[in-house]
Amino acid sequence: MKRWLLAMTMLLAAPLWAAEAVPVGEDPAIEQRMVNLAQDLRCLVCQNETLAGSHAELAEDLRKDIRQQMKLGKSDPEVIQYLTDRYGDFVLYKPPFRSYTLLLWFGPFIFLLGGAAIWYFTLKRRRAMKPANQAGSEALKQAVDLLEKNN
Amino acid sequence: MKRWIPLLIFVALAGFLYVGLHRDPREVPSPFIGKPAPAFTLPVVGQPGMTFSPADNKGKVWLLNVWAPWCVSCRQEHPVLMQLAQAGIVPIVGLNWKDKDREAEALLARLGSPYTAVADDVSGQTGIDYGVTGTPETYVIDKNGIIRMKHIGIINEEAWQTKFVPLLKELNQ
Repeated sequence: MKRWLLAMTMLLAAPLWAAEAVPVGEDPAIEQRMVNLAQDLRCLVCQNETLAGSHAELAEDLRKDIRQQMKLGKSDPEVIQYLTDRYGDFVLYKPPFRSYTLLLWFGPFIFLLGGAAIWYFTLKRRRAMKPANQAGSEALKQAVDLLEKNN
Repeated sequence: MKRWIPLLIFVALAGFLYVGLHRDPREVPSPFIGKPAPAFTLPVVGQPGMTFSPADNKGKVWLLNVWAPWCVSCRQEHPVLMQLAQAGIVPIVGLNWKDKDREAEALLARLGSPYTAVADDVSGQTGIDYGVTGTPETYVIDKNGIIRMKHIGIINEEAWQTKFVPLLKELNQ
């Protein structure tokens, strides 16, 4: 029984050693830069994870490459270039402005304009309907008068 | 007219979803298509002192097959590659990717090797230089050393017939 309990508590403690990807770099400044950069990059193995948070072996290798490029004195855009040269724009979580991303960038505005157009024309039509209602106001007054007289 | 609008929106949405169903998120477009194959010089598995570099295959149309002994789907692809090699259709060069346990030589001795040479990329850096995301991946490289196609995943009969055969025919002309 005691052994059982021990085993169960050890199992419960399992999340404790499932920590974030362990930083291996020795230079904290470079480590910080690497993590900042890798947060906007896609892990190519588990595609919905960032390169910073992924445990995949390839992500580990790529983080090592980023560190190494930074140690060589490369700037952040140069490091990103290094990665897009190999893996294409797919590694970037922020899509760049290209001919084939135009719809992505302008799509929301097209929808906004469409919505504004629908709104405008609906209002316009409603305003056109108003005089018809007002024409009935004379009859309405008469009806109110009649009701009050009866009281 | 007006009452058809919801139906039209539904059909458009269903169309997008249908196309999405048949697209493989693993098929990441490679930035290397139409560009020279990155140069490397690596030792050849099982042949101490020998090296391989893509320049050795200039003037030939060839395949670079990225694989690894620890890769299960590569084992599945192996018989297909053996068939291709036996038919002598195209030279296949292996890139032994991140074989940290050094198993490639023994494995190929046991199963047979479809490769004209196997370059040994223990660190995995050459694979990264080719934009490898996982094994197996196969590159078609033309006579001038330009990458013409990248196939992600196992080469099966269908992929071979529809993607490789027409391209190889065109490149070998």
